[in-house]
Amino acid sequence: MTKQQSFYETPSPPGLRGIWAWLLTRDHKRLALMYLWAILLWFSLAMVLGLLMRIELMWPGRTIMGPETYNAMFTLHGVIMIFLVVIPAIPAVFGNFFLPIQIGADDVFFPRLNLLSWYLYMLGGVFAIISLFSGKGFPDTGWTFYVPFSVSTNTNVSLTVSAAFILGMSSMLTGLNFITTVHRMRAKGMGWMQIPLFTWSLYATAWVQLLATPVIGITLILVILERLLSIGLFEPDKGGDPLLYQHLFWLYSHPAVYIMILPGMGVVSEIIPIFSRKSIFGYKAIVYSSLAIAIAGSLVWAHHMFTSGISDVSIFVFSLLTYLVAIPSAVKVFSWISTMYKGSIQMTPPLFLALAFIYLFSVGGLTGLLLGAAGTNVYVHDTQFVVSHFHFTMFGGTGFAFFAALHFWWPKMFGVMYNMKRAYIASILITIGFIFHFIPMMILGLMGMPRRYFDYLPQYATGNFLAGFGAFIIVAGVALMFTNLLLSFRVRQEAPADPWGGTTLEWTIPSPPPLHNFIATPEVKDFPYDFRQVSDHYNTMNPKEQE
Amino acid sequence: MNPVKGVDLAFWYILGFSIVLLVGITTVMIAFTIIYRRSRHPEAADIRGNWKLEVIWTIIPTLIALSMFAVGWSSYTGLRTVPAGALEVEVTAQQFSWIFTYPEGKESEGELVVPLGKPVKLNITSIDVLHGFYLPAFRVKIDAVPKMKTYGWFFADKVGDYDIMCTVYCGTDHSQMTAKLRIVPTNEYLQWLQKK
Repeated sequence: MTKQQSFYETPSPPGLRGIWAWLLTRDHKRLALMYLWAILLWFSLAMVLGLLMRIELMWPGRTIMGPETYNAMFTLHGVIMIFLVVIPAIPAVFGNFFLPIQIGADDVFFPRLNLLSWYLYMLGGVFAIISLFSGKGFPDTGWTFYVPFSVSTNTNVSLTVSAAFILGMSSMLTGLNFITTVHRMRAKGMGWMQIPLFTWSLYATAWVQLLATPVIGITLILVILERLLSIGLFEPDKGGDPLLYQHLFWLYSHPAVYIMILPGMGVVSEIIPIFSRKSIFGYKAIVYSSLAIAIAGSLVWAHHMFTSGISDVSIFVFSLLTYLVAIPSAVKVFSWISTMYKGSIQMTPPLFLALAFIYLFSVGGLTGLLLGAAGTNVYVHDTQFVVSHFHFTMFGGTGFAFFAALHFWWPKMFGVMYNMKRAYIASILITIGFIFHFIPMMILGLMGMPRRYFDYLPQYATGNFLAGFGAFIIVAGVALMFTNLLLSFRVRQEAPADPWGGTTLEWTIPSPPPLHNFIATPEVKDFPYDFRQVSDHYNTMNPKEQE
Repeated sequence: MNPVKGVDLAFWYILGFSIVLLVGITTVMIAFTIIYRRSRHPEAADIRGNWKLEVIWTIIPTLIALSMFAVGWSSYTGLRTVPAGALEVEVTAQQFSWIFTYPEGKESEGELVVPLGKPVKLNITSIDVLHGFYLPAFRVKIDAVPKMKTYGWFFADKVGDYDIMCTVYCGTDHSQMTAKLRIVPTNEYLQWLQKK
């Protein structure tokens, strides 16, 4: 492949020079990178908050902060991680960058709307920061903003809730863009069953973003109205009902966990075949399970409310539905493992992280079974067990998928390769730290320690002390991982167009891609994961890859 | 009679399957990574699926999942079915303490005393924000909601002191909102009840 001018080097039109080439860009690749830097920054901040909380919990009583600070801190950690990191991480960064390329398009269908989404994202972040330093300080409600507490507390709830509202708009517009792009802009010859699985997962996610996000938007506005005008929707004294809020909140926030995990599953579905040099096992089963998760995942919200006082009939129905939504996730895990059967497996940092994803996500999924059953849910609900469970899925799942995607597509996005050895060390550190942190937390939950606890009874001291060490290891690992990636800009070991031997379209274009993605009309294969030709083509192209 | 047993049985049932599955998945995954590493297995097979296998691994997990649901549900009914003749105590939650009111009119803050060998029904409500009544030793947890009555029950089958905690975040001192359950012999209970 001849050297092409990358999208970084292509001169921008007059009036869009310097910083404006980025701030007013409509190029999906530049927008993806702008999201990337913002998300890495938010992630680092919220992770440090997490570490501070763990230090506080290492010893009983007050250690480094008081209960007010602690309560605001877990709220801030949750709000940042959910709305500013985990929901947008994979779609906004890797989805924006690779969805158009994977389907052979020049850009998304609405490039201007894409720029607006980024500005809404940044505006939401600015609101969150302002709410920290204005009024009576950051909310101490938890990211769930449960009424009536969120209505009666005098902290800055309204502003923070507005931030979440704006971030929801951003997420919705991204979803809208992806749906239209997948429908309207696929290259000639790309039918539905030729679409790569990462794009499929984003497509399924986009529908959930588009349909579920308005519900949280409305709910958050209702909280603001309740605070400002006391209209009494959630106030029993005025004929309202606090349970109504919980229904509305989870009506979005449960589908939202699938907004968070589905793209991560898509990433893993790309990584496992490439490094096994073998077709994904059961392509259609993975596609349909993504759709099944998107649909069934929207019908299980009240399993967050088994102890809230809802009727036993609802508990029966929602517990049953919850068990059914577990099946498509299990199918995906079995398919990934079978993909490796008789493959030709090359260990790399992205594969290592994807395998860690499968393990950690399985722990998260299986502990979810204890939460889905009515009787056992009552015991572990609202304890540290739940917190551990959802960190296994959200961090062990989506977080590790995000790290895997970073290492997988880094050479494509920037045209440089990172240091493999340091990447392994960092990944292993994070994995070990993760287990060291969240397993004690899970045991604490089984011992009956509730969540959102500033202080605890003496029987929980050992577990909290141990978990603190895990937190330090995670932070060290993440710091090493990010440093290693950033150092690749300094060392500048150039990456080839196809460093791993991929079959999807992003590996057919130069690294980094040219401005218009494709120089020639992309050639779409009948099956996106046909690796039969790859070995030969790939070995002659990169004789040194086996180093 | 005792719902704790049912819940624990469901717990071990689900956990048992989960551990077997997790160990299975992880072992196979690591084994494949080693057996089929590129240096040892340079040519991959071209296998794209196997519909029989895929049907099997959809149906069997579905059956296992449904059985877990059933076990979980039946243990839940135990938590909801209060036997006749239970001692009924009114529980009122407030920021940041628990108040227990007895049929005889006695009120007690932070201490729930009940006689040994009797089922105890707790009628729970809140006077301010949401709280969660949690008695882990007896697997009881139910939210306290303003202007709404929820309930839980347990069988006081063993003398001793047990922790009560708040599980729904309720403000600054959420983690300090604890109480004690004391199960005592009947005569001791009656004495306590008469004390002012």
